[in-house]
Amino acid sequence: MKDSRPLVLGAVAYDAKVVTIWDGFREWFGAQGLAFDYVLFTNYERQVEAHFAGACDVAWNSPLAWIEAQRLAAKRRRTVEAVAMRDTDRDLTSVIVVPAKGSVRSLADLRGRRIGVGAQDSPQATLIPLLHLAEAGLEPGRDVEVVHHDVLVGKHGDHVGGERDAARALLAGQVDAACLLDANHLAFAQDGTFAPGATRLLAQTAAYDHCNFTVLDGAPAQPLARFRELLLGMRHDDPAVRRLLDLEGLKAWLPGRTSGYAQLARAVDRFRFLERWLAAAAG
Amino acid sequence: MTAPVPRLELGELGLDRGAHLLVKHALRGLALGAELEVVGSAPDLRLHLQAWARQQGLGWAPIPGGARLTRTAALGGRWAGAERAGESAPSGNKSVLEQPPARWGLAARGAMVEAGDLGFEFRLDRKEVLWSERGGELYRQALAAQWDPAVAIDWSAPCELPDEVEDAVVQVMTYLIENETAALLVPARFLSGIHPHFREVLQLLAVQAADEARHIEVFTRRATLKRADLGLSTQGGQASLKTLIDEPDYALAFFLLSVLGEGSFLSLLRFLHEHAPDPVTARVAELSGVDEARHVAFAMAHLKRHLAHDPHLRPRLAAAVEARFDSLREMSGLNEEVFDALVLLAAGSFQPAAIARGHAAVLGLKADMDAARRHRLEQLGFERSEAERLSSLHTRNFM
Repeated sequence: MKDSRPLVLGAVAYDAKVVTIWDGFREWFGAQGLAFDYVLFTNYERQVEAHFAGACDVAWNSPLAWIEAQRLAAKRRRTVEAVAMRDTDRDLTSVIVVPAKGSVRSLADLRGRRIGVGAQDSPQATLIPLLHLAEAGLEPGRDVEVVHHDVLVGKHGDHVGGERDAARALLAGQVDAACLLDANHLAFAQDGTFAPGATRLLAQTAAYDHCNFTVLDGAPAQPLARFRELLLGMRHDDPAVRRLLDLEGLKAWLPGRTSGYAQLARAVDRFRFLERWLAAAAG
Repeated sequence: MTAPVPRLELGELGLDRGAHLLVKHALRGLALGAELEVVGSAPDLRLHLQAWARQQGLGWAPIPGGARLTRTAALGGRWAGAERAGESAPSGNKSVLEQPPARWGLAARGAMVEAGDLGFEFRLDRKEVLWSERGGELYRQALAAQWDPAVAIDWSAPCELPDEVEDAVVQVMTYLIENETAALLVPARFLSGIHPHFREVLQLLAVQAADEARHIEVFTRRATLKRADLGLSTQGGQASLKTLIDEPDYALAFFLLSVLGEGSFLSLLRFLHEHAPDPVTARVAELSGVDEARHVAFAMAHLKRHLAHDPHLRPRLAAAVEARFDSLREMSGLNEEVFDALVLLAAGSFQPAAIARGHAAVLGLKADMDAARRHRLEQLGFERSEAERLSSLHTRNFM
């Protein structure tokens, strides 16, 4: 009898549209002859643990979840691989902005000030920009006060709400600087959250990568290869898949690469961010 | 020698103030793989170009004062396979398609439609069935002829009638409201199934439904001018109207409703205008009649065109009249109360001589209706004898 078990993907339900997205992918993969299903998790830590427990074959991981999977794999003598990512997952940067008319002119001026960040587990709006400050000599909690905007902790900042709250706090004078993904700075400038010229770019981090499809050793090779092949073959000019690509925010899937996670790994180490979770998860 | 990279100077304009329009415009003129230098003095320009280029799937590299973007297939890829949905003006040969594809959905006729299929379903999508070259002209006429009941009718005009005559007016109005409700629901029901490619048909039927809504209003207002309650509604009358509501075929429904039913109503409304015992009744009948004439004209126009394209339609129209007659055979036809009310309304009093005049007038009305129906049937290509036979089978409820 033919093995009818579908390839199962894990994803975090950071928004109701996640169901629309993966239902659409499920239908499309099915039409291409790949049996595919998905399970949703409320947070990335649950997803990573479930992935290791065999609940899914491939996990759509945030960059922090990728680091979590890497670290847990090392503890458990497993191997992880990033098989694919969006074109829009590559070479992101974060920015630290201040009010244009304020007195802060350089990073050094932030000493003793309040820094608005996103959710505590957001790589782009918290961990990576705070690392940037720390490596510039401003240790969070010691040299600057960190004000978190904890919208949906566990979803690693996928929800834009934390960054929007940080932006609003900046405009309201509740914080002296705000940390944002570059694309969200553009979005807030275009939607009028930031009036033209209201903020000044104080610092921009080096480029880093975002989400990837993560697999563990022992994942079913053949359906996984087909999954990757189908993903990389999806074209934005194909109307059958364009809606799915638009919803997921990409023009093309690219092969996974792991060179873009070094800053986040340093941040995790420096802030000892995963220690408690890793100890518990590794058993 | 390599051609210099084109340069777009944005000045102070940033992407936070709409500069992406200029960047896109400049990129569209470039070949795939070509580069464009975008520079300016907006403070966040380079940062925003970086994020924007990533979202758009473009190549990006920093340069002094801005960034160098690389045109890729991602820009405008959405429009690969797009198609032009006919032509907006209805006059050209290829303007209005015989059967536009459902995938065009709600797109305006003449629009460039992104490839894709959202699963729209339009039950009515054939030009042969729907179209009339007169649609646009009749729609414009309809708009120009819209009237406001509050302005067009002098509701304070003298209207002191004997009780019996006022009762008769209320009964006739009650009957008219019921019939106009059917005349509203039939186009409204078909509207939702019509492919939007046939824009003029949608527009005209929408105004037609709105006309009926206004008729319902003015008939209700006349009925309740002196009375709190309305008149009688019979099962026979409603059974006749139900056959119109239930008719699923577009051509048959508008043949029965507009050509035969509203056509008969033209005679009825003219009769009411002439014999009305008060100026308000006369005016509401007159104004409604003008609208109804337009409804009849459109149905005649699209059915004539349809008949010219489909030789099988005429026997189907005849069969529809016969089937409706058969299904209503057990019903009593025009209810006595309406007939009596028309006589009394035309008589204007209970005097025997007046009643005789009223009775003669109503018989004259029925003859007038029959003649007008036969004339329209002949215009649709029915032989005289067939027109006579079909007219005689038309519902005794008039509509």
